[in-house]
Amino acid sequence: MKIHIPTPLRQFTHGQEAVEVSASSVQGALDALTLSAPELRRHLFTEDGKLRSFVNVYLNEDDVRYLPAKELTVTTDVDELTIIPSIAGGSSCCR
Amino acid sequence: MLEISVADYEAMRAHGEETYPHECCGILLGRTDVAAGNNEVTRIVRAGNTRTDSAHNRYHIAPEELIAAQREGREAGLDIVGFYHSHPDHPAQWSATDFAEAHWYGCSYVITAVEGGRAAATNSFRLTGADEETKGFKGEEIAIDVLGADGEVTGVLEMEGKTR
Ligand SMILES: [Zn+2]
Repeated sequence: MKIHIPTPLRQFTHGQEAVEVSASSVQGALDALTLSAPELRRHLFTEDGKLRSFVNVYLNEDDVRYLPAKELTVTTDVDELTIIPSIAGGSSCCR
Repeated sequence: MLEISVADYEAMRAHGEETYPHECCGILLGRTDVAAGNNEVTRIVRAGNTRTDSAHNRYHIAPEELIAAQREGREAGLDIVGFYHSHPDHPAQWSATDFAEAHWYGCSYVITAVEGGRAAATNSFRLTGADEETKGFKGEEIAIDVLGADGEVTGVLEMEGKTR
């Protein structure tokens, strides 16, 4: 299956926009990805192995956090994962 | 340096005037010239601010909109090279919140101050570094391409921290 990599993390995938992995679950796909690009692991996960709060992972159109089985959701070759860091901010704190 | 057409530059500023007194936000698609260190914007995508609870001083782009923009870019051979948002009645400088919530290293974060409903200064900041420990915001020049009738660039107007 295909995993889409956002621009700031492509430095760890030799500039590739998408990485093809063979996996049967979301977790398996992320493990396969970080095995081929070890530097990515600390960008995606905290030290205790949880997905960082600002990193969103989408399985096709769905946020993995809201899927019933979350990272254990079963996947097939035609599924696509998208890693997308969040975009937020504001002038609130400086008033 | 951030390169952008005058049309996209003005559209970004107009968006901030339209949403005033709320913050606007959007996505910049284009290409990164790594050798020159430039982010070249060729298309802007408006996003909705999901922070309806505190839209006057916070913004957040739904991941679904980011994914859609990334897909739109991919189909046109473009990448996400930056983002823009407005600061209603607040300077065009990044805030601690902006910095804490910035995670797209290498991308340009453009901020337009909107004073009393009118767009004032527009500044761009490059998110440097490669991770949360080393990241930093660095002011960068905005080069506005002035397009001639045939679409050729006839001149470049360089702006840096100037109020228009
Ligand atoms: Zn801001």
